Amino acid sequence: MNGAEYLVKFFENKGVDYIFGYPGGKVIFLYDVLGKSSLKHVLTRHEQGAVHAADGYARVTGKPGVCIATSGPGATNLVTGIANAYLDSVPLIAVTGQVGLSDIGRDSFQEADIMGITMPITKHSYMVKEQDQLPAIMEEAWNVAVTGRPGPVLVDIPSDIFMGSVDFSAVPKRLSSRKAPSKNGLEEQLAKVIAVLSRAKKPLIMAGGGIISGQAWDQLEQFVKHTRIPVVTTLMGKGAVSEKQKGALGMVGMHGIPAANLALSSCDLLLGLGVRFSDRVTGKPQQFLTDTTIIHVDIDPAELSKNVKTEIPVVSDAGKFLTELLKKLKQDKIVFKLDEWWAELQEWQKKYGLVYEKEPCVKPQHIIEEAARAAGEKAIVVTDVGQHQMFTAQYYPIGGVRNFVTSGGLGTMGFGLPAAIGASFGRPGETVLLFTGDGSFQMNVQELATLSQHNLPVKIFIMNNSCLGMVRQWQELFYDKHYAQTIFNYNPDFVSLAGAYGIKAFKITQPNEVTPAIAQALRIPGPVLVDCVVDQEENVLPIIPPGGKPNEMLGRWRGETHISRIG
Amino acid sequence: MKHTLAVLVENNPGVLSHVAGLFARRGYNIESLAVGHTDDPSVSRITLVVEGDEQVIEQVSKQLNKQVEVIKVNDITNEETVDRQLLLLRVAADTAIRQDILQLVEIFRCRIVDIGRRSLIVEATGDEEKIEAIIKSMQPFGIQELVRTGKVAMVRSPK
Repeated sequence: MNGAEYLVKFFENKGVDYIFGYPGGKVIFLYDVLGKSSLKHVLTRHEQGAVHAADGYARVTGKPGVCIATSGPGATNLVTGIANAYLDSVPLIAVTGQVGLSDIGRDSFQEADIMGITMPITKHSYMVKEQDQLPAIMEEAWNVAVTGRPGPVLVDIPSDIFMGSVDFSAVPKRLSSRKAPSKNGLEEQLAKVIAVLSRAKKPLIMAGGGIISGQAWDQLEQFVKHTRIPVVTTLMGKGAVSEKQKGALGMVGMHGIPAANLALSSCDLLLGLGVRFSDRVTGKPQQFLTDTTIIHVDIDPAELSKNVKTEIPVVSDAGKFLTELLKKLKQDKIVFKLDEWWAELQEWQKKYGLVYEKEPCVKPQHIIEEAARAAGEKAIVVTDVGQHQMFTAQYYPIGGVRNFVTSGGLGTMGFGLPAAIGASFGRPGETVLLFTGDGSFQMNVQELATLSQHNLPVKIFIMNNSCLGMVRQWQELFYDKHYAQTIFNYNPDFVSLAGAYGIKAFKITQPNEVTPAIAQALRIPGPVLVDCVVDQEENVLPIIPPGGKPNEMLGRWRGETHISRIG
Repeated sequence: MKHTLAVLVENNPGVLSHVAGLFARRGYNIESLAVGHTDDPSVSRITLVVEGDEQVIEQVSKQLNKQVEVIKVNDITNEETVDRQLLLLRVAADTAIRQDILQLVEIFRCRIVDIGRRSLIVEATGDEEKIEAIIKSMQPFGIQELVRTGKVAMVRSPK
């Protein structure tokens, strides 16, 4: 068996069904073998498309995404996608071809040190330097990607390794298992958690992406049902609790739901579950909730006390923690008296709703709300990055886990289209809604070819404001309306563009077209693109100005026309 | 405060750059570094001196621990240790002052390892304080070249 055959067999054994990739000189041999196997390969039109597609696939399935690229430019084109997966803890295996062993280090044609380049943005990067190491490295790479806090792993394989034969009898043992397991102090920490939790008058749960990657949503639901402790989510935690469930206050952060942010700034005890206290949530970390007791539960010890000081750090899987905690709370018959806290929260929910006007021009919020009504909370929702992303996070209630796909940590424009394609392969037959902007969409627009070729049911809504809306908004609010390089004076005709790729498309410019357009997009099978011409001047509100605390939101409150600080 | 970390790592090619790269990208500064394999040639020991408060050192240790190739991280700052650096120093030594230098070498218990026409090479081992003291005392004669290793350290056995 040669290296390429081994690799294909390895992926088959791991239950991989789709691989996303792009061939090139140093992976021809691998593709020759791959093409004769049962694995289905999706040819994207750019390596960045492949890695984002693998990422989208992983997010909606929970299984690692797999992508392949050739050496040099093929490999470097993966870099943004790998960093994207790393910051959002998405399990990914990136296989890159490398120049032959004897050519390494000579600046050979299409040579780049992709292992060195990706080391800071992967859980680990490997280069296979000896034929016999291939099996051990692949096994280890897979394990690293999926265990603990998931993340991307890169395996760089020189071309001769694909061709050489793999001798299984001489497999050397990799030694990273020598790492001593960290001691589990869950029992001790639980006692402390119960002590502070039972005293809390205003407890709050902040649920993050760790609830989803740790498959702890059922445990969270049970915990919330039993204790009635309110829940806010981070952007990555959207879907961790059904947002229509009682007790869910919505997303916190720079553009969070006002009641959720107020809850965050007023709670006396914060239970962070699978969150990393990103600056989009905390503002200046030194000023974040200085009077609040913070319990932080994470599977990754390095997250604890990284950004904010934590009174009770707990290294644990979120599900296990919640199960154990709930068991102890029931044993000790601890009940929470939260009526006053809930009254306060409900008051905020009533007082500070999100507002926008549906007239005289089309508003992105309107499209998202209508799409949510028509497609329902169980649809797979994918976003790009920018204003439309925040509007989607605010206005689309996500009802199921792994149904919301967004580039949270890295904020990668151009992520949306390929991620939607990957998501569609991961959950065949389900409708995928992609909300994007005219800026983001053009960053990986070539993937329309992949979409069209596979006739996937991805409904694309371009919030077309002829500008880079989020940066424009900052320029309006914080740079004296100096719109430097954010207004697109030229945009293609997106309807004709989609037409050139054989994708049905139409354009809307009036508010009364919104509802029928969405219905039509959902009715037509296969991919559809809707070019929605929206208000250029619409801003995402509320906004916490840079460095502000969670309660320092600017917004329009109770139908006022001007923007003011809350309160 | 300066902390001394003893880090056991897999002796793989590139492991040192992984560890050093981690420090660079997380914004921690390495004061000194010494590396070599242990009694087991597949395991290397990196002795790092890092400046930082408790929180920084805790973060450094956790980030190191996350690395696939890192086997164990020990903060031995507060342990009773034997720690040593090696110093080689070329000092100007005309015949007129040679005797003075030799006297200092005697006092500090270091060694002359090379004698040239107009200079000497002094070799010394010792902890940070001793090395600093030797350098300081040689300065008046004119130090022409100086090279020193990072610190290596070992925890003392229980008495």
